Amino acid sequence: MASSAEEKTAHGHDDHHHEPFWRKYIFSTDHKMIGLQYGFTSLVFLLFGFSLVAMMRWSMAFPDTPLPLVGLIFGEDLMPGGIIPPEFYNQLGAMHGTIMVFLGIVPLAVGAFGNYVVPLQIGAPDMAFPKLNMASYWCFFVGGVVMLASFWVPGGAAKAGWTSYPPLADIETTGQTMWLIGMIFLITSSLLGAVNFLTTIIQLRAPGLTWMRLPFFVWVQFVTSFLLLLAFPPLEAAGVLQLMDRLAGTSFFLPSGLVVSGELLTVSGGGSPLLWQHLFWFLAHPEVYVLILPALGIVAEIIANNTRKPLWGLKSMIYSLFFLGFMSFIVWAHHMFITGMGTTISTFFQITTMIISIPSVIILSCLFLSLWGGSIRFTTPMLFALGFLPMFGIGGLTGLPLGLAPTDIHLHDTYYVIGHFHYVVAPGTILALFAGIYFWYPKITGRKMNDLLGKIHFWGTIICMNGVFMPMFIQGMAGVNRRLYDGGATYESFQHVLHWNDTMLWFAWALGVFQIPFIINVFLSIKKGKEVDANPWESTTLEWTAAPSPPVGHGNFPEIPTVYRGAYEYSVPGSDADFIPQNDPEQKEPVMEDK
Amino acid sequence: MVDIPYTSKVRPDTGVYNAKIGVWLFLASEVMLFGGLFSAYIFLRIGAPEWPGMIQGTMYTSAADVLNVPIGMFNTFVLIASSVTMVMSWAKLMMKDFKGFRVQMSLTILLSFVFLVVKAFEYGDKFAHGYLPAESTFLAIYFTMTGLHALHVIGGIIVNGYLLGPGSKMWKTNPEQFTNRIEIAGLYWHFVDLVWIFLFPTIYLL
Repeated sequence: MASSAEEKTAHGHDDHHHEPFWRKYIFSTDHKMIGLQYGFTSLVFLLFGFSLVAMMRWSMAFPDTPLPLVGLIFGEDLMPGGIIPPEFYNQLGAMHGTIMVFLGIVPLAVGAFGNYVVPLQIGAPDMAFPKLNMASYWCFFVGGVVMLASFWVPGGAAKAGWTSYPPLADIETTGQTMWLIGMIFLITSSLLGAVNFLTTIIQLRAPGLTWMRLPFFVWVQFVTSFLLLLAFPPLEAAGVLQLMDRLAGTSFFLPSGLVVSGELLTVSGGGSPLLWQHLFWFLAHPEVYVLILPALGIVAEIIANNTRKPLWGLKSMIYSLFFLGFMSFIVWAHHMFITGMGTTISTFFQITTMIISIPSVIILSCLFLSLWGGSIRFTTPMLFALGFLPMFGIGGLTGLPLGLAPTDIHLHDTYYVIGHFHYVVAPGTILALFAGIYFWYPKITGRKMNDLLGKIHFWGTIICMNGVFMPMFIQGMAGVNRRLYDGGATYESFQHVLHWNDTMLWFAWALGVFQIPFIINVFLSIKKGKEVDANPWESTTLEWTAAPSPPVGHGNFPEIPTVYRGAYEYSVPGSDADFIPQNDPEQKEPVMEDK
Repeated sequence: MVDIPYTSKVRPDTGVYNAKIGVWLFLASEVMLFGGLFSAYIFLRIGAPEWPGMIQGTMYTSAADVLNVPIGMFNTFVLIASSVTMVMSWAKLMMKDFKGFRVQMSLTILLSFVFLVVKAFEYGDKFAHGYLPAESTFLAIYFTMTGLHALHVIGGIIVNGYLLGPGSKMWKTNPEQFTNRIEIAGLYWHFVDLVWIFLFPTIYLL
């Protein structure tokens, strides 16, 4: 890379004008274009994953009733007569989870926002390894295509839930093999991305940008990358083992003497289904923090900007972030309390789970306290950020009973669990991601998104999301199990809470309708949005203060900025404006070294 | 392509160039990958009544009775030798001796092929006797772990082959970065070697 760079330094930053179409828009090595590619692909996947659950809610509210039109897409094999049979319902469920987590939120939060914003916020011309960055996107894309294609292989897509628990997953149809191959591509993608982010943040910070001057969003991506780097490989190991079980006939996850459909399986046996659960949750608990940390970072940026105040307790937020990242590796078995583990082990994991709630609460409290005494600007991104805080609070607090074995044994695998983690990721993370889109849109296009459409989108989304997820707690505490295609209709004891299925169906579909203003807004504002200058939100961080909006092509900055101060110098007493850009040289001398 | 800082020069306050951090991070992730597999090995072995146990009607109580220890031992020395030649190839470049580099790098690749060929005969012998991964948990974990390791060896051969062949043109245009690349490839290669040094006693001897 540097060899070609050395030859081309004479040409400066104008090279991108001569790049052919496929180089600039398809196989691009520019982090901004890759960020946009990640963004669009993952938004499409989010919409697709949402459509799957919209179908599932129909099946739960009106089991065995034909769903108009949709049957044509999936064909008679999967949906005979437009009815969603239990087998297809299971595919929808497994793929909804997989798509939302691995193809929707993570690539949007890390791949899109991380890629676009981090190099700009640290004053870097690009990521440290642009070609790896491109490879990361295309691995993700191939993984996504493999996942989607699995719907049309014999037997349909994976049906064993997004957790793919064996022995069921081991004896599944071809769709499960596709799922595993898709996951291996996605894991490779996130590995390449994580190495790239970490190297970029460590090596390419602009002169004067010491560690403690980094914006909180950069810190968040830093810790998230560590989680991706270290937590995903054990799942890759588990995926390889499950592939061996399925393709080479091994018995890593199959115990001796397993009987399936009344017949003894002819395998060597000697394996353990619990082994998968351990390896899976060793990934999947840190993965929860991969989903939520970028959201906290986005919200922190927007709150500081719109309260015109420094973040309250920034240092304790950063330390909490690291502690949280570390602790997330030793809490995984709280997903496994009903596997019959001994009390010593379960006590250990209950204690670590209670401990990990402390740094999360510190970060959330700091964000709430940051609002205190600020003159808040209720811009569209700020609305979403403010909506995030209580929603994430509900999601977090409802998790505590699940981290304690006595209550978890009652609530495990009920709709309470579904309600809990959806409050964290849907009205939590997804609201924050919307906030980020409204916030950085002017950076990308040089135009603001429409405020009226944005406000309709916000109120519709937050009300409908609560309409969908709040009844899940009621159903869950009544004992309604997850993964029932009829929503629990066959159980006598669930009858008094079944009417909530209708409520959730209509709120879920309305939630879909309220995304239309957002989609219109994104496309309309490219040409019709209000034109703004480089720093429309009067922010302090480098992506706004040192680069025009949209940034100059490949290379980002007209010249690499030098940083003189911390990230949130808002309303500094004695200053003319209520914000001082990080690259404003007045008052302090530049500092090169950090200790 | 833009000019990325610190691709070949060391950043003063961190003390490294970009790719060096990158490869260490990558190796950290590889540690977690093989760590997951070693954990799986321990988990399965603890749960097994005998180890290696029943294979094709024969009860084995020692892994050395199933696998060929001298051949595994030989392969261990082959890999260690290839790590030595790998370091030598980097040292030759540091001494500006490009010819010496080519000799050492060719030896490294040759030794990697020796490892793979020996491994292939070992596999072939097992297959010929019907000792397939599906036969027992022991054989399953043996084939999975050594197979994944062999894939890493093949990856190393591809990287080293590129650096010996078309990639070596960089020695003329940017010797500093080319030397860095050899160092990076070396770090990876030592890791692959190290994995085997753990694999061999764990699977063949314990």
